[in-house]
Amino acid sequence: MINASLKELSAALAARRISSVELTRTYLERIERLNGELNAFITVDPDQSLALAAGADLRIARGDHAPLTGIPVAHKDIYCTKGWLTTCGSRMLANFTSPYDAHVIERFGAAGAVILGKTNMDEFAMGSSNETSFYGPVMNPWDRAFVPGGSSGGSACAVAARLAPAATATDTGGSIRQPAALTGITGLKPTYGVVSRYGMIAFASSLDQGGPMGRSAEDVAMLLNVMAGFDERDSTSLQREGEDYTRDLDRPWDGASTASPLQEGSRKPLRGLRIGIPKEHFGEGLSPDVAQAIEASLAQFEALGAKRVQISLPNSGLSVPAYYVIAPAEASSNLSRFDGVRYGYRAPVSEYRDLLDMYCKTRAQGFGAEVKRRILIGTYVLSHGYYDAYYLKAQRIRRLIAQDFVEAFKTCDVVMGPASPTVAFMIGAKASNPVQMYLNDIYTIPANLAGLPAMSIPCGFGDSKLPVGLHIVGNYFSEARMLALAHQYQRATDWHLRVPAGV
Amino acid sequence: MSLSLEEVKRIAHLARIEVSEAEAVQTQGQLNDIFGLIESMRAVDTEGIAPMSHAQDLMLRLREDAVTESDQHPLFQSVAPQVEDGLYLVPKVIE
Amino acid sequence: MEWETVIGLEIHAQLSTTSKMFSGASTQFGAAPNAQACAVDIALPGVLPVANRGAVERAIRFGLAVNGNSTHNINRRSIFARKNYFYPDLPKGYQISQYELPIVQGGAVNIVLKDGEKTVHLTRAHLEEDAGKSLHEDFHGLSGIDLNRAGTPLLEIVSDPDMRSSEEAVAYARAVHSLVRWIDICDGNMQEGSFRCDANVSVRRPGAPLGTRREIKNLNSFRFLQQAIEYEAKWQIETLQDGGTIHQSTVLFDPDTGETRAMRSKEDAHDYRYFPDPDLLPLVVSEEWLERVRGGLPELPQAKRERYARDYGLSAYDAGLLTQSRETAAYFEDMAGRLGTGAAKVCANWVSMDLAAALNRDNLDIAQSAVSSAQLAGLVARIRDNTLSGKMARELFDAMWKGEAASADELIEKKGLKQISDSGALEAIVDQVIAANPKSVEEYRAGKEKAFNALVGQAMKATRGKGNPAQINEILKKKLAG
Repeated sequence: MINASLKELSAALAARRISSVELTRTYLERIERLNGELNAFITVDPDQSLALAAGADLRIARGDHAPLTGIPVAHKDIYCTKGWLTTCGSRMLANFTSPYDAHVIERFGAAGAVILGKTNMDEFAMGSSNETSFYGPVMNPWDRAFVPGGSSGGSACAVAARLAPAATATDTGGSIRQPAALTGITGLKPTYGVVSRYGMIAFASSLDQGGPMGRSAEDVAMLLNVMAGFDERDSTSLQREGEDYTRDLDRPWDGASTASPLQEGSRKPLRGLRIGIPKEHFGEGLSPDVAQAIEASLAQFEALGAKRVQISLPNSGLSVPAYYVIAPAEASSNLSRFDGVRYGYRAPVSEYRDLLDMYCKTRAQGFGAEVKRRILIGTYVLSHGYYDAYYLKAQRIRRLIAQDFVEAFKTCDVVMGPASPTVAFMIGAKASNPVQMYLNDIYTIPANLAGLPAMSIPCGFGDSKLPVGLHIVGNYFSEARMLALAHQYQRATDWHLRVPAGV
Repeated sequence: MSLSLEEVKRIAHLARIEVSEAEAVQTQGQLNDIFGLIESMRAVDTEGIAPMSHAQDLMLRLREDAVTESDQHPLFQSVAPQVEDGLYLVPKVIE
Repeated sequence: MEWETVIGLEIHAQLSTTSKMFSGASTQFGAAPNAQACAVDIALPGVLPVANRGAVERAIRFGLAVNGNSTHNINRRSIFARKNYFYPDLPKGYQISQYELPIVQGGAVNIVLKDGEKTVHLTRAHLEEDAGKSLHEDFHGLSGIDLNRAGTPLLEIVSDPDMRSSEEAVAYARAVHSLVRWIDICDGNMQEGSFRCDANVSVRRPGAPLGTRREIKNLNSFRFLQQAIEYEAKWQIETLQDGGTIHQSTVLFDPDTGETRAMRSKEDAHDYRYFPDPDLLPLVVSEEWLERVRGGLPELPQAKRERYARDYGLSAYDAGLLTQSRETAAYFEDMAGRLGTGAAKVCANWVSMDLAAALNRDNLDIAQSAVSSAQLAGLVARIRDNTLSGKMARELFDAMWKGEAASADELIEKKGLKQISDSGALEAIVDQVIAANPKSVEEYRAGKEKAFNALVGQAMKATRGKGNPAQINEILKKKLAG
């Protein structure tokens, strides 16, 4: 069961070969057994989960079910979930039982999915290793001495270790794609505005996007079908016609707009696909083992009929600096609501003398070091006299980066490269050097700045037998096509089916 | 761009985060490293480039003027640190 | 004049929408604490703002109203920005406002003063959300926060520093107050906090550059506005004369002592770190929308005043009194419509004097008047056709006010009050009065004007007040001359 795809699980549930309660219990037992060593979950509530599973079984019995009805899904602890502790990986919300559901959670509820638990994450989504969580680091299931990546480390670990068949996550600078790459699973960040941010605790509003993590592109497509869609409570949510993100999975790239599905055994399903290779992403800083795995995967795409195109993203090198101005700036403002007044942590009354003191101690104690650092940077770059030179400047650079992609997409259909410069690193290796940590996001950040859809799929292993992820960036709203080409790759390879030992 | 210790303390105050002397020194070092990273972008010529605040060039959607929310304050206040008579309590606000 | 006072006003008008600026919670006044503060208003983690079309429409109406109905001062594209600061009644730790690009840029308001008119220019008007309330009642040494008001839409109206006295400032504030009610964007209820004034006051020697200003916050009555400005100006002048300096600061007015004093928070409180709100997109208003709003606006006070002067020959002063509210103007226009242009002055007088006095005395709005415009027109008609004297009309008005009859004619019938205008009857009476008062006649012929009035008085008495005074005057003069 735990190796089945979502499609298989869905069919088994519909045929009543298994029940949602059985399925959910299976995963709960695995979590009970393994979470102690992996720390992927912050909150598990078997009673609530099984109640939801029982409800799903009733729906299935009535014949009223959707593809994900009865499927247990783990949710990053950044999604407000009514009646569940929602901590955002922080002491600041360690006591916060959310009084409402995020839009994404409502959509999964309407689909009849089961809430399996809330997964661990870097505090307030700030991090690339899941080491900043108040609840302790998450381990990489491939080697527990190593990080799983971040900020969605818990969700990635849960899926990779098969503690959950699927998980939700969020991505601001790479927080879905980088952990997906480091744990050997598939993760997708949609076009900005496709998934509602209502109830998704804000880090950097103009960059945050919610997205799915799963064991395959096919699974991720099914999850995206549930997550995506207009929400009137989010002013940045896009009003578009509904899409079925699984619709192109079995179509050849060339004929994707026609009705005929792929012939079984067709050897060049990706004929016509032009893959842009940015020269800037293959230079210094890229670890040779990763470069090798990426090269092999590109060769595989060529074998499937695709062609490589050399492209340039000339302003690529500015993306990390620009990001580390814009994201902290927006975060510094978004996190001002955490002040101990209406919810969340408040410093002990014996420790403060007045209101100002209450604020300062609450926030000093409630936030971890990385969050505080970013709030300070953000406060600085927005402050009087610096706004033009930093924030506004970074937003101009942002436009340059977006324009680079507009140019690139004139000659290619997707941009590919490494998702991370290295495979997973050891827990503690970069924790004391923020700048070193920030450079992990060098390939993933541009897509956030431009608002483009991007994903990571497993494509091999590197040093220490740790997974390597292939990063794919598509043009706006091209998720279905991206998932299709990833699916073809996964039909021809089996990286996505590999399972870590000992789980 | 190099932050002085005074500036670190000023920003910490603006952000309402208490920093001890030792923390201020350590933070100063780390912030200055981060600013080192950021500096590279300042040298780039962006003359004539408009700032980009959103991915799509769209306009704000407006909501019809209607009451759609009901009173949920007991639920919302169940997670509050200190509440009395329906009011959130905080140390006295002095003008 | 040794010193010149320079005043600019920032007025916060709560817009009369049913729901909040960025959420669907109710804006109704007087609810139990936090009963109207929804998830968005209390800034729960993860919530987001969605802008209220009704608030934007009201801002557009205002922009048109202060620009003679032209849309030149309305920015087709404006931006919501975050104003960041920490305060318990500000749940997000920032207020969503507009900074570099407000929806309304420029405009003007005409004010009528004792000695003439003046134009006060507006710098801008922008949309923003209100904060909650801190109740300082002691909850064992703590403050209580009520967020019902948090998120209510505000239009912040900023004037240029064009005013030079508390009189001008109050006249401007009243004019804006009248205007926002006129165009139905704000109920103007100052006791409920719907209309609040902040005054920026500085002093200088005439011709010198602007002095440092201090901002007096949250004045919620015209009387306090006047007192506060006068005290502050005096204080600043005395301070400067004593060799002191004025520091830019925020200041509160204490109504009990009549004094202003600086607030304790200072220095960095002013680094608001404004930046465009990334949760909202640019606010764009289409030409169609602007035209629709313009088409739906009532005739504005200024236009009405000009029309009254042109068509009715009314003075600026009279026109000003009649256009203090749409209801008053409508009342007057209804009367003038029934009685004709020639009656306009009389109608104006009745509305702004007798009617106003009665309304004032009984603490009523014109909408609650005991005498309708139709009824009052009926009364004035009887003055104009000489059925009633002015004095009698006033008595009838009081009777109608008390509800003794539904129309003037009804009362005239009932009380047999028709004014005696029959010249035959009046001549007879005048003859009798002349005969009965030889002393007065003699004194009049000797040059004493007062004696004439005495004779008129006698004639009025003889007609039991019903004589037409103008006619009596004429007849008496004729008879005494001849």
